[in-house]
Amino acid sequence: MRGGSLWQLGQSITRRLAQSDKKAVSRRYFASDADLKKTALYDFHVAHGGKMVPFAGWSMPIQYKDSIIDSTVNCRVNGSLFDVAHMCGLSLKGKDCVPFLETLVVADVAGLAPGTGSLTVFTNEKGGAIDDSVITKVTDEHIYLVVNAGCRDKDLAHIEEHMKAFKSKGGDVSWHIHDERSLLALQGPLAAPVLQHLTKEDLSKLYFGQFQILDINGSTCFLTRTGYTGEDGFEISVPSENAVDLAKAILEKSEGKVRLTGLGARDSLRLEAGLCLYGNDMEQHISPVEAGLTWAIGKRRRAEGGFLGADVILKQLQDGPTIRRVGFFSSGPPARSHSEVHDESGNKIGEITSGGFSPNLKKNIAMGYVKSGQHKTGTKVKILVRGKPYEGNITKMPFVATKYYKPS
Amino acid sequence: MAARLLWASRVASHLRISVSQRGFSSVVLKDLKYADSHEWVKIEGNKAIFGITDHAQDHLGDVVYVELPDVGRSVSQGESFGAVESVKATSDINSPVSGTVVEVNEELTESPGLVNSSPYEEGWIIKVELSDAGEAQKLMDSEKYSKFCEEEDAKH
Repeated sequence: MRGGSLWQLGQSITRRLAQSDKKAVSRRYFASDADLKKTALYDFHVAHGGKMVPFAGWSMPIQYKDSIIDSTVNCRVNGSLFDVAHMCGLSLKGKDCVPFLETLVVADVAGLAPGTGSLTVFTNEKGGAIDDSVITKVTDEHIYLVVNAGCRDKDLAHIEEHMKAFKSKGGDVSWHIHDERSLLALQGPLAAPVLQHLTKEDLSKLYFGQFQILDINGSTCFLTRTGYTGEDGFEISVPSENAVDLAKAILEKSEGKVRLTGLGARDSLRLEAGLCLYGNDMEQHISPVEAGLTWAIGKRRRAEGGFLGADVILKQLQDGPTIRRVGFFSSGPPARSHSEVHDESGNKIGEITSGGFSPNLKKNIAMGYVKSGQHKTGTKVKILVRGKPYEGNITKMPFVATKYYKPS
Repeated sequence: MAARLLWASRVASHLRISVSQRGFSSVVLKDLKYADSHEWVKIEGNKAIFGITDHAQDHLGDVVYVELPDVGRSVSQGESFGAVESVKATSDINSPVSGTVVEVNEELTESPGLVNSSPYEEGWIIKVELSDAGEAQKLMDSEKYSKFCEEEDAKH
């Protein structure tokens, strides 16, 4: 769900090992390095041994001193702190901000209680996904949302265009892009106990998907109990001038157990949790129904429609989608995006969109799309890697059980 | 990582070789030849044994799978004969010399991490019988290769 393509990023890093591509890759890096944006934590990353790489127009740490495997495992055992300030936080305000947002997303925004949120999808006229986003209803007149770094420009243009039309018909909505804030993600079993040291508010009363504006480490933060790892945890929007202090305080309070974690482990973690990466597992031509996000389409929205591409999506809900996102285990080399999926007789039935070695399960996991009817758990498949077929089978996701903090 | 660096500096002092101090330091062994696609090769008579360099494994990160060729297959200088998969990416392995594969490191099937922990010894990848002994002359020596890595890193 969270922008840019890590796979391409890994490819470009590694490809420079091959002479044939060296010149082209060097040129690309030369052209873009100077233009890369830096988050408020850039120097902090470098000081902590972060290997900085270009990602969605930003210079971001792919890993620190720990290996990606160690880093991924540590998140589930202790905890991880991620700089996700490349993502775009946005507030929609005004008494019509809810009906306005509902024209663009599949969620039942009106039905959300103030202080709660949900994962949703921005759709296009054809029912495809423009982006996925976590939205929060702060009040009936204030929505806070976070969109992917890689989709920022297109999302903002899309929202702005529709906002102009909406306002010209008398709708009351305006936006504020939170470029003055930085987003940090604190994930893992130590996330809550560590953060509790830094705020007077009782975090045990803030459940998965809930939102609060509160004082953390002396500054006013937007806190959402959510994440992209499958673990319990938070995303903290902090004023940028306080971001480094907050990061330091979190690491210190955890006595070194919560570690800075880069995009490499973040990708392994989200894959283990069965979560989509926009640009890989979800794209313009994939609908939320095909992506397995039917649960995110509010009941009222299924009855009423009223969002872009609703006709296509409602029809898919009725007839069933022709393709479906599923998980895979496989033998041999890890499957990667664009690996073909064949049935046992060698007919192509789909394609992998994300895959890799799971550091926590110590085996290959992948997700991708197959034709409906061949999507059942346990179905045996062949996955082609560099032309050779390897055994695989379709499995349920998440691969690693999620540990979201929900009322018992 | 700590263990690996320890290993690196230990090997380095033992073999009296240079360890680059820029960022993540890489070990380059004196008696080997190097290809610009970051494979090392050790020539023993009419046979050559090779693998990927410390610099390469460091950039790749944790190796989780090594795709090995079949014994008896021929390989040509500069062409891909297999692949190394790490958590973050896939990289082709190019053959630094031409010849016929006489042995592959089966240990890597169970323990691909040997490529990280011991790139020049236990992590060797294949052994070939050379078809053109002169080809090795086109490869870099350790000094040239160290410089090559430094220059490449400086670009990024």
